[in-house]
Amino acid sequence: MSTTIPAGMREMTYREAAREGLHEALTRDERVFLMGEDVGRYGGSYAVSLGFLEEFGPERIRDTPLSESAFVGAGIGAAIGGMRPIVEVMTVNFSLLAADQIINTAATYLHMSGGQINVPLVIRMATGGGLQLAAQHSHSLENLYAHVPGLKVLTPATVEDVRGMLATALADPDPVLIFEHILLYNRKGLLAADAGAVDIHRARIRRAGTQVSLITYGGSLWKCLEAAELLEQQGIDAEVLDLRTLRPLDDEAIMATVTRTRRVVIVDEGWRSGGISAEITARIHEQAFYELDVPVQRVCAAEVPIPYAKQLEDAALPQVADIVAAAGRLVKGND
Amino acid sequence: MNEMAVPLPDDIDGAHALELFRQMLRIRRFEEKCAQMYSSGKIRGFLHLYIGEEAVGTGVMQSVAPRDAVVATYREHGHALLRGISMNAVMAEMYGKQEGCSRGRGGSMHLFDKATGFIGGNAIVGGGMPVAVGYALAAKMQQNGAVAWCIFGEGAMAEGEFHESMNLAALWQLPVVFCCENNYYAMGTALDRSESQIQLVEKARSYRVVAEEVDGMDVLATEAAARRAADSARAGNGPYFLEFQTYRFRAHSMFDAERYRSKNEVHEHELQGPLRTFGARLEASSLLDEQRRAELEADIAREIENAVAFAESGTPEPVSELGRFVYSEVQP
Ligand SMILES: Cc1ncc(C[n+]2csc(CCOP(=O)(O)OP(=O)(O)O)c2C)c(N)n1
Repeated sequence: MSTTIPAGMREMTYREAAREGLHEALTRDERVFLMGEDVGRYGGSYAVSLGFLEEFGPERIRDTPLSESAFVGAGIGAAIGGMRPIVEVMTVNFSLLAADQIINTAATYLHMSGGQINVPLVIRMATGGGLQLAAQHSHSLENLYAHVPGLKVLTPATVEDVRGMLATALADPDPVLIFEHILLYNRKGLLAADAGAVDIHRARIRRAGTQVSLITYGGSLWKCLEAAELLEQQGIDAEVLDLRTLRPLDDEAIMATVTRTRRVVIVDEGWRSGGISAEITARIHEQAFYELDVPVQRVCAAEVPIPYAKQLEDAALPQVADIVAAAGRLVKGND
Repeated sequence: MNEMAVPLPDDIDGAHALELFRQMLRIRRFEEKCAQMYSSGKIRGFLHLYIGEEAVGTGVMQSVAPRDAVVATYREHGHALLRGISMNAVMAEMYGKQEGCSRGRGGSMHLFDKATGFIGGNAIVGGGMPVAVGYALAAKMQQNGAVAWCIFGEGAMAEGEFHESMNLAALWQLPVVFCCENNYYAMGTALDRSESQIQLVEKARSYRVVAEEVDGMDVLATEAAARRAADSARAGNGPYFLEFQTYRFRAHSMFDAERYRSKNEVHEHELQGPLRTFGARLEASSLLDEQRRAELEADIAREIENAVAFAESGTPEPVSELGRFVYSEVQP
């Protein structure tokens, strides 16, 4: 399949876009440095920083020991000390070993110090399943962090966002966590030649529709867009809202789509119990209950640790067919 | 007072020695007042007193330079005062007032002061260590000569964050001075009930970090050790570890019934207390007498009374301000 690339646009993978964002950040600001496990010689566990060690040197591309708590905490201290660190944690699963630093320190210092000590730290990590990596490498725990005041939680799904959100995060005076879904790295997208920093406070409609809203983020965005195509073949006009940021949530955009379509399916690779889908459901209930024609539906990960075997993993994660079925039920059941 | 006291060395700077005594006395009296205000309900939450350990913070703080950072624990009133946060601001913080050094959001365990590089007040045991390492990393990358002073109790040495931080600081040769305040108890758990290796310096040495055991009851010893550590760290020789052997005379916090140690044990240590022994030595060297003592006490008492009055008349942070400082107010 060869589509023509519109003028002024470039085609690149999510990995390349992430890499460009990092490269630009390192080039622009001497205070910026990257640290984490295998970001240097290995080139990054998802090959995002390949070649950076040679270009920027070991002071600014720092391979760390396997010490999530120490190097995330060191990021906090370095940020307080005047640097602009970007800390890479291989995956969100391992970030739990640094949860103390992220939740007890990074998220609290500004408030606990009465507004004196802000922590301009950016932490990037991979999230999500789909590569048969089983229960300790596949979970979507971003909503644990979205629970915590003091943090900002970004979930770029597009090449534009993964490139541009980093710049915005670095300009932010407070700790920002960026979650990159592992299935997105090889995905191609179009990027404007002059792409730059992007807003991080607004959700975005990726496909306009009138009959049902698919509310999602990150890796699930593409499943939702695919589902919307299939729904169209069934005569159902679905809207797809990409949350982009899980904290703070863009309530306005959520309520606007609810008001437009009156039917909602929330799609999240996290578990439904206590997850971001539960939070969004509650907010719709609080703010737009009477706009709904039917109860909110959710397509989330099954309530199991994500298993290894392909058929089990597929069954555990939200799939396009599940989204189509859920949206179809909402629309047809109501007709 | 104590006829057995050994006079101070002949070459001692008398005025400086007396000043060290005054600083220790100041934080002792301040905390005695805090305990009293706690009993009368003015201060709430957890309150961890440093009484008995003053020689450590006092000696260490003499080598802390203006651009350095201090990362301490919840037992940090003394360090905060020594670092130069005003007694008014510390007392007001304990009262939960807007004039407090953390605007009443931190309380006793979370004293902060950006101006003096006092980076908390961390109440997660071990939690401040990675932060200190990071501050030292920034100092090294910016080549600004700053040192990070990381203060913690011996209980923290069983935490993973101690080992991770020690390794990282040594691996990257960062200017951190690790100051272990070994008071032999982590709440009610004695050192030999929690550590397989009670020679704490050996733990540091296993990371190839220079380590010293220091008499934490002798302010001249703590001061000298901190100076060696600071000189080494500033010279680019990487981290330094100091184990200060000391003792906490009071309960762990105001909730502690002290079932794990005898009154007699505490009393034995009190006889070796830093104020008692150093005061006696100053007297033996004719640097201190009853009159000078009374003057010091009176000055300190006045400062404390003023701090209490300041805190009493402070402004309770309005509840309407609750949501402030979750995120920075100036956003790009
Ligand atoms: C991670 C963590 N675990 C447990 C506690 C509860 N706690 C507070 S202080 C303390 C003892 C710490 O002892 P030590 O590090 O020796 O310092 P000290 O209180 O003696 O100054 C404990 C267990 C805590 N605050 N943080």
